[in-house]
Amino acid sequence: MAEATGIKEIIKPENLVYKKTKIMTDNVLSYCPGCGHGTTHRILAEIIDEEGLQSQTIGICPVGCSVLLYNFLDIDWQEAAHGRAPALATAVKRLLPDRFVFTYQGDGDLAAIGTAETIHACNRGENILIIFINNGIYGMTGGQMAPTTLPGMKSSTSPYGRDVKLMGNPLKMTDIVATLPGTYYVTRQSVHTPANVRKTKKAMKKAVQYQKLNKGTCFVEIVSNCPSNWKMTPVESNKWMEENMLPYYPLGDLKVPAEETTQKTINPEKND
Amino acid sequence: MAKIRGSIVVDIDKCKGCEVCRVSCPTGTIAMAKEVNHKGYFYAYPANPDLCIGCANCAMVCPDGVITVYKTKI
Amino acid sequence: MEKELRLMKGNEAVAEAAIRAGADGYFGYPITPQSEILEYLMQANPYTTTGMVVLQAESEVAAINMVYGGAACGKKVMTSSSSPGISLKQEGITYIAGAELPCLIVNVVRGGPGLGTIQPAQSDYFQAVKGGGHGDYHLIVLAPASVQEMADFVDLSFELAFKYRNPVMMLSDGAIGQMMEKVWLSPQKERSKTVPEWATTGKPTTRERNIITSLDLDPNAQESFNKKLIDKYNEIREKEVRFEEFQCEDAEYLFVAYGTSARVCQKAVQLCRAAGIKAGLIRPITLFPFPSKRINELADKMKLILSVEMSAGQMVEDVMLSVNGKVPVYHFGRMGGIVTAPDEVVEFLKSKIIGG
Repeated sequence: MAEATGIKEIIKPENLVYKKTKIMTDNVLSYCPGCGHGTTHRILAEIIDEEGLQSQTIGICPVGCSVLLYNFLDIDWQEAAHGRAPALATAVKRLLPDRFVFTYQGDGDLAAIGTAETIHACNRGENILIIFINNGIYGMTGGQMAPTTLPGMKSSTSPYGRDVKLMGNPLKMTDIVATLPGTYYVTRQSVHTPANVRKTKKAMKKAVQYQKLNKGTCFVEIVSNCPSNWKMTPVESNKWMEENMLPYYPLGDLKVPAEETTQKTINPEKND
Repeated sequence: MAKIRGSIVVDIDKCKGCEVCRVSCPTGTIAMAKEVNHKGYFYAYPANPDLCIGCANCAMVCPDGVITVYKTKI
Repeated sequence: MEKELRLMKGNEAVAEAAIRAGADGYFGYPITPQSEILEYLMQANPYTTTGMVVLQAESEVAAINMVYGGAACGKKVMTSSSSPGISLKQEGITYIAGAELPCLIVNVVRGGPGLGTIQPAQSDYFQAVKGGGHGDYHLIVLAPASVQEMADFVDLSFELAFKYRNPVMMLSDGAIGQMMEKVWLSPQKERSKTVPEWATTGKPTTRERNIITSLDLDPNAQESFNKKLIDKYNEIREKEVRFEEFQCEDAEYLFVAYGTSARVCQKAVQLCRAAGIKAGLIRPITLFPFPSKRINELADKMKLILSVEMSAGQMVEDVMLSVNGKVPVYHFGRMGGIVTAPDEVVEFLKSKIIGG
């Protein structure tokens, strides 16, 4: 009983350290247990809240598991056709240049059917943020092979494992867009541990802040899991992701703004 | 020396029992319930509340955002 | 301000009219015979004058989806293309129709199927009028028959598009797009500053969030939406039918033709009259909604009706439905990019009169 009283002492508004942001609606997320989509949504929602961007944000939803994303964040939304989100975002940002415009897309949406839209939006340097969820599978349609499915990885359309001779190699879209002059900040993160969530939030916050500079496309890949279609428990899927996905899709910044790199190289000289 | 004490509140109805919070908890505060919520999930709950240090790791990784965290010094 | 007289190609007239109509954005991709629209806009560079955004997209697919995004912000946006490019745009068009967004799509039709030819044709009638993409929907379809109308219909298209929250297609062809005529251009309109209440421009605290989508996973809700669309299309059928009649008062033989074919038939009517055949012409200006009621009325005093199109016979099906068996209905027209000649039309009509 003494312990229970102790807890009541702790649970007080002044002791609050973490609470779901108001930008997240009360709708129950449509994702399977343990899916990284929800965590990524929350990080994005927190940043929109902290940066005070709710009234200036237009989000573009993809087709895929996150097709119903507009139910979960309390901002204005457009629902794109499969793969076309960067085209919509291009027009929105050009017609409303002072707004914060982002797309949220899965690997099938962004790296297969929407390859052209992704590459050309990045190549034009559209001042948008592209959030790319890569879990190496088509989730919503039931676990088919994605452009990012790992070699040997099983899916419903590569039931004996992805044979790269027959089915091609996993596409590293983030590496590709990092080579384009139009991109300003390109990073690959994950949300499967508390430390990674904190890093991702930092990276995504940077990307959101960079949007205000209108210096090019920011691109944040989140390497994520798909417990249901990988046929694992959420905890197993995160472990499998760490052991298999991350070696192929290593985490970290792929491209940082030139200004920052210059600063880094200049600073040591100053010290001399 | 002041001791850090934390506490979590789980929105049991919205928890999907994925256990990601349980494995992220550094103190073993969280366990999965033996009973299910109305959605049929074995929900997470603070089984050892006195161990909680309010680090918010659980809330950070919770995909469904169902955990609220409090912390104080006593 | 007064109107300005210029000599222009149909394609150029569309581009200039778009700037003057206060359009907010144009998104296009080169394809013959309509590339002048994009070229003209790039040359005019209206971003520096009216603030109109002009962008060459990486594909027709991207261009129409840019239109989708821009329209969802409540902006006056448009694209243009020609037949193979319009086929690519069908995905975006059905999403725009499903999301009930206003926009203008210009199709400067060339012969098909496939890559076909770059010469003028009217073989995209079904695609334009019956839907084109998947699902139950209609575009409002306007058929210009002159460079003047290509200019005038830009403003009209935007007006109808916003009135009904529905995409509008201007169904032109390679002949009208490419030919030069004099055209009276309207004075420059200001770009609209009003934001429709449904537009996604960022959610203020004063309203609920706006969501532009064509998705509804609940079958009952989807069916209700389909019914709502039907009501809208019926209202359009009721209020927006536009057509023009030429010497129909005492006519015994009726041509039905739109666009370039209507111009051909106007000459054919004159040739017929000179030969003692009482011919007349009805020119549908809106292809959806189709002037079915008027054609049905006119059928009462006709001996024969001839639908003239540069196609294998597409609009003729709507003419038949309109006439509903009252009199014989025939189709005549050249294909493959060949513009039908007036005397060919007269000869065909004569053969049917003798044969009948």
